[in-house]
Order: sequence, then structure tokens, then C-alpha cells
Amino acid sequence: MAEELLRLTGIHKSFAGVRALRGVDLTIEQGRIHCLVGENGCGKSTLIKIIAGVYKRDAGEIILNGKRYDDLTPIDAIREGIQVIYQDFSLFPNLTVAENIALNEELAEGRRLVSWRHVHRVARDALAQLGENIPLDARVEEMSVANKQLIAIAKALRQNARLIIMDEPTSALTGREVRALFGVIRKLQEQQGIAFLFVSHKLNEVLEISETMIVMRNGKIVSSGERAEYDSARLIFEMTGRRIAEKSYDFTPDDGQPPLLQVEGLNAAGLLHEISFELRAGEILGVTGLLGSGRTELALALYGMLPMDSGRIVIDGQEVTIRSVQDAIRHGIGYVPEDRLTEGLFLEQSISRNLVVRIIDRLRNGWQMIQPERVSQQVAHWVDALSIKTPDPELPVKTLSGGNQQRVVLAKWLASKPRLMILNGPTVGVDVGSKEELHEMMKQLAREGMGLLVISDDIPELLQTCNRILLMRQGRISEEIRPKETNENELSAKLVEE
Amino acid sequence: MKRLLSRNETLVAITIIGLSLIIGFNNPVFFSVGNLFTLLRTSVVTGILAMGVLIVIISGGIDVSFTAIAVFGLYVAVKMMKGFMPDAPIWVGFAIASLVGLGLGLINAFFIAHYRLPTLIVTLGTLSMFHGFLLFAIGNEIIRDVPPALTQFARSAIVRIPLERGQANLHPAILITVAAIIVTWLLLNFTMLGRGIYALGGSREAAERAGFNVNRIQYFIYGFVGFLSGIAGMTFGALARQANPQDIVGMELNVIAAVVLGGAQLTGGYGTVLGTVLGVILVILANNSLILIGVPTVWQRVVIGLIILVGTGIPAIQARRAGKRSFGLADI
Repeated sequence: MAEELLRLTGIHKSFAGVRALRGVDLTIEQGRIHCLVGENGCGKSTLIKIIAGVYKRDAGEIILNGKRYDDLTPIDAIREGIQVIYQDFSLFPNLTVAENIALNEELAEGRRLVSWRHVHRVARDALAQLGENIPLDARVEEMSVANKQLIAIAKALRQNARLIIMDEPTSALTGREVRALFGVIRKLQEQQGIAFLFVSHKLNEVLEISETMIVMRNGKIVSSGERAEYDSARLIFEMTGRRIAEKSYDFTPDDGQPPLLQVEGLNAAGLLHEISFELRAGEILGVTGLLGSGRTELALALYGMLPMDSGRIVIDGQEVTIRSVQDAIRHGIGYVPEDRLTEGLFLEQSISRNLVVRIIDRLRNGWQMIQPERVSQQVAHWVDALSIKTPDPELPVKTLSGGNQQRVVLAKWLASKPRLMILNGPTVGVDVGSKEELHEMMKQLAREGMGLLVISDDIPELLQTCNRILLMRQGRISEEIRPKETNENELSAKLVEE
Repeated sequence: MKRLLSRNETLVAITIIGLSLIIGFNNPVFFSVGNLFTLLRTSVVTGILAMGVLIVIISGGIDVSFTAIAVFGLYVAVKMMKGFMPDAPIWVGFAIASLVGLGLGLINAFFIAHYRLPTLIVTLGTLSMFHGFLLFAIGNEIIRDVPPALTQFARSAIVRIPLERGQANLHPAILITVAAIIVTWLLLNFTMLGRGIYALGGSREAAERAGFNVNRIQYFIYGFVGFLSGIAGMTFGALARQANPQDIVGMELNVIAAVVLGGAQLTGGYGTVLGTVLGVILVILANNSLILIGVPTVWQRVVIGLIILVGTGIPAIQARRAGKRSFGLADI
């Protein structure tokens, strides 16, 4: 049994009456890799901030390196070797790598003048500890996310970190970069006995790196123990509190009707080649492929954002031309973009404004003024219909969790009653429980007669929601797959094969 | 980015050389010592003011009130010298003007640091307030009969070169500008305070988390700008041998343009002393020398605007192109 670094007992914390943490007991051992998992809003971030001394606890006990802290401040936490690497890394994009690494240390030493030689020495030492080679004089803004992360770790090391807490460290990394990061973490653990607390909701990564698993739900730690005791199914169960078993989507075409959407020989220079397919009302058609295979370009072409060179688009048996987003909307096409934060939502605006933005024209009276009562009626309807969890729809959208934000995007479109919805990465960044509910919603929409085009590289998601899947490769549709005739491994293999 | 920035500075330097050659070949007067000394004398005030503006812009803020502060400092200093100590040496005037400037700068800092108000709005407000207060409460008449110390200062020279007719004088005020440049350079590059200014411009939140006292840094920045503005105002008045409360105000955009041309970004975090010096030279050249090749004065404004648009536009477009290439359409 390794020595204890941190022990929390009975930690409570409330914000304006909302109980974020209700009696958390947690032990962090020296030199071990711990993983903290839980759905959005379960209290993970609050817990991290309590450990870092940023938030004051309402009740409970904190013992750090055998010392009891009644009033833990951020300075105390840093002095005891706790370093938190937040998702934004807290780096300065305009300063050099060397300066970013050394700055905190210089400040802590109370220096007034800068010795550039000292700055370089500090940075070189820190990177050498990591065994990484990053150009010291390059600016941080030129660095990849993976390198920024290494710089943040190097910075933490220079402050004698004993426990490094990483908040969702892999969310912007590629597979290879995640491997490399795990390599660094294991190295620091072995060579310097540094403990890690890795916060994530990517279960496969958590299962790979962790030695001790900690699962949170509703402000409590519901389960913790050795990695060996857990598998993905158990983790999902502990996180959500229920067994999730999704059923696949069945669809029987009604041959009497013309297809909702027919695409014939669509070409866009260098991006899409001879794309032909059809989509019937009530169908959920998946489109998958690697990044750059043309899956997003196809969506953009159908939504009028990417000019096509040739090809026919037929909707309900009528040939249509789609040259702009306005054309697409007029023909009843809706598009939920991959990056809802920048393209799908007005983050600073209220939930209610986001909900009605697409239909605001229909909520006017004879004087062309917006009628507040009709707006609130609509808002109430959609908040209820899609169970958007918020205390007040007048709050900005950015206050919502990922899953709830995605519901707002969906509701915004549904309010305008499209015939065909294109969903690009519908559940990216959404946690397990919410994901299942979103899938159920999509199936329900299809049952009611909408056509859905789901673009995703989440294989289980495609298999569970779609009745057909188009596999794209280098701008072409290379294969059509029936979910019932394949399985996860086979489809994953097909996705990456050249 | 480092390459890009050095390229930005080289770009400005090349423009300066190119412009000088064009003007010089068309009118050889441009290359005379007399003209050089005159240009240097003209750039003294803009140069001092630009150092203050550079620091504000690096920190991610903007100050447009510095011209009002400068003229305020000048007018108060001259009026006090005339009224209470007509025989005082020139440094007394500089001391009064810089202290008045410091005080007014700290008023800006108070609103900006304590109430976290947007810097543009605060300084737009104080620009009007300071200038209005000066005209209303202190004086609105031009003081032409300045204390002898000013007249003496205006006539002094550190280098005198005899010409065919008269002589070319290099005015010692250029030393004030050189001092301001050196102090700013040392401050920005070799003190933690200076690095804090860059850090604040890069990411305010990260600067706070790292342990910088952002409030204190902002007090320093706006106080420093006020201090330099007071000195610049006094220099302006001493060179012109008069204190006109309508002078200087209106120069804001010229100074800000010089700083931006020199590579500082209005979004904060970027900017160098060398770039700013080059930017000042370019703006002064465009303002004062185009006339030598027959460009009418009104057109000079057009030329300056064009230089700003092209000079700041090209790097921005290049950066965007580079960005697009590396991300590609698939990531949209």
C-alpha cells in the first residue's frame, strides 16, 4: 500500500442552494495514477477546485501530506505539490515556450528582473525531465495542443508537483498524441513518483491508463477501487446508475412514396466524386469515414455551403438546386454542425433566444413586433419536449452541459419543422446517459417521418441508430453497410483500411 | 510567428528606405543634414507618446486620452511657471507636467482597474473630460509669452553644423525621446513588470492564475502613459515656445497608427520597441516629407491610411492563409 498524499473526508459544497458535493470521501496515494470519471455536472470540477484550494468547502476534512488544513488556499495547495492543469492550460500564447515554463517559478521567487539565461535553464531542465524536445524560443501559439499540454506539465514539474490533476486532457488530442501523453505520465510516475488524477469521460482511455478508478455521480463518489475490478459496462453503470442497452433501429420502407432525398452523381472539385444515394422519409442513414474522407463536405454540399460542380438533388421527386443555406432551408433541410459551440449556437445569448432564432419570423404580430408570450410558449414547449435541464431558459446557453447544449441545437431546428435533418457528430462531447437519450430522440423523429442523415465516426452510435450506413473514402461512397450484417470490430477495421 | 514579426519589422524598414529613396531622388533636399535634423525634431513628441501607447496596447488595452493629458500637463506647467516662478529652470516645467500627467493617468487606471471598465470607453470619456476641464477651469487662451527657460530650451542644440546659409541644429529634446525608448525597452524586456504586461495582453485569466497582480500592473501602465504624456506635452510646448490648449489633442490616431504599423496588435500581447520606433519614423516621413515630392498635405492622410491598411492587412491575410492550409476544408 502506497503512502497517502491526500485524504478528503465528508466534503460538502453547495452553490446558491444547489448541492454540488454531498459527502465526498477520497484518498489519493503517492505515485499512483488515479482516474476520476463521471457524467457532466456530477461534481468533478467542483471537487478538483476544492483540492486546489480555489473553492472553500462547506464541511469536511482535508489532510494533505499528513497535515490537516482547515482553510486550504491555492498557495497552500501549490506548496504541498498539487498542480492542476485545466483544459485551457493557462498558457500565454504570445510568449515563448521557455518563458511560459519559467514564469510561475520566477514569480514565486519574487524576482523583479528577468534573467533570460535563468529562464532558458529552467525550461531546458523541465523539458529534459519530461524527455521531450520542444523549441524553447518558439511561441506557444505555434504549438500543437499536445505540445501545449507538455509545456503545462513541464511548468507543473518546476513547482515540485507531487500530484498533477489533469482536467479532460485528451479531448483535443489525436490517438497517437494520447499514446504519447500516456507515455509521459507513466514515465513521470516511475521515475519521480508523481501521482496523477486524470479526469475524463473517455472510458477506453480511462481504462487504459488508470490504476485506481474513482467514479462520481450526483456529488458523491459511488464507487472506487483497483482498475482490474472495472470494465466499460461497469463504469457506465456506476456513472449513470442504470444499465444502458440500446436497441437498433428498424425501418421498413414504404415503396409507394418517392424517396425524400435523391442525390445523383454529385461532384465537387477535389472533394466529392460521383456521390449517389437516396434517403427515404423515416430512415436514419449513417455516413462515416475518416477525417478528410468527404463526410463533412457532403453535408456542407447538401446544406448549400459548398458549391457543387455537377449532380442532381431530388427532393420528393422534384429536382431542386441548392446554392445557398437559404435554398437548403426553403427545401426543409436542417443542419446540426459538428462544432456546435462556434457554428450551432450563440453561446452568450440566452437559451430561449437560441431556441426561437430559426422561427422568429413566425412569432410576430401584425405590427411586425415579436410577441413575448408566443416566444415563451415555444420555449416552454421545447424545454419540456427535449427535457433541457436548466433552472431558467433566460440563462446563457454556455451555462448548459454538452448534452443539453446539443438538445438546444436540435430543438432550434425541430421548431422550424424540417423534413430532413443532417446531424454532424450529434453526440461529440456528450456524456453516456445523455447520448442514449439523444439517440432515442433521433429514432423517435425518424418514426414520425423525418429523414435523418447522421455523420459520425462513433461506430457504436452508427450501429445503434442507423438502418443503413454509407462508408466514404477519398470523396467517394465506397460501400453501403447494413448494421445487422456487421459488428463493431468489422466496421472499425473497414473505416481505417486504405 | 517570430519570423513573421521580424518580417513585419523588416517590412516597415524596407518601406522607410524605399520611401526615402523615392523622395530623395526626386528632391535631393531630403538627404540634407538640415532636413534630417528637422525630421528628428518633428519625431520627438510622437516618439515619446508612442512608447506609452505601445505599453497600453501590449497589455491588451487602448488609451486615447493621452493627448489631453499631454496638453493638460503642458498648460498647467507653463501657467505655474509664469505665475509663481518665472525664472525657474526648464526641468521644473518637466517635473510639473509629468506629475500632472501621472495624476491624470492614475485617474484612468482607477476606473480601468477598479471597475474593470473597457479601456477604450474610459479613455474616450477622460479624453473629453480632461480637455474640457482644462479649457473651462484652467485656461483657454494661448500662452505665447512663455518663461525664458522655454525660449532658451527651444534654441539650444547638441550639434550645430554650419551650412551655406545659417546652420543645422540637432535639438537636445531628441535625447528625451531616446531616454523614453531605452527605459521602455528595458522595462518591457528585462523586468517582471514588463513581462507581466505581455502576459496580461496574452491572457488576463492566465496572468491572474500565475500570480501577477493585474490591478497593480494596470495602475502602472496608465500612470506610466500619463507620466510620458506630461513629458511629451512639455517638450511640445518648449519646442513651439507656446502653450496652446488646443494643441496635441487630435494627434491620438497618428500615434496609435505608428504603434500599430510597428507590429503591435490591438488585441494585445504583441509589440516591440524597435517596431514602434520604425512605425514612428514611417508616419513622420509620410507626414512631413511627401510634401517634398509635391504630394499635397491633404493627400498625406490618404497615404498614411493606405500604409496602415496594407501594412497591417498583409500580415493578417498571410496568417489566415497559412492557417487555412494547415486545417483544410475537412475541419470546417
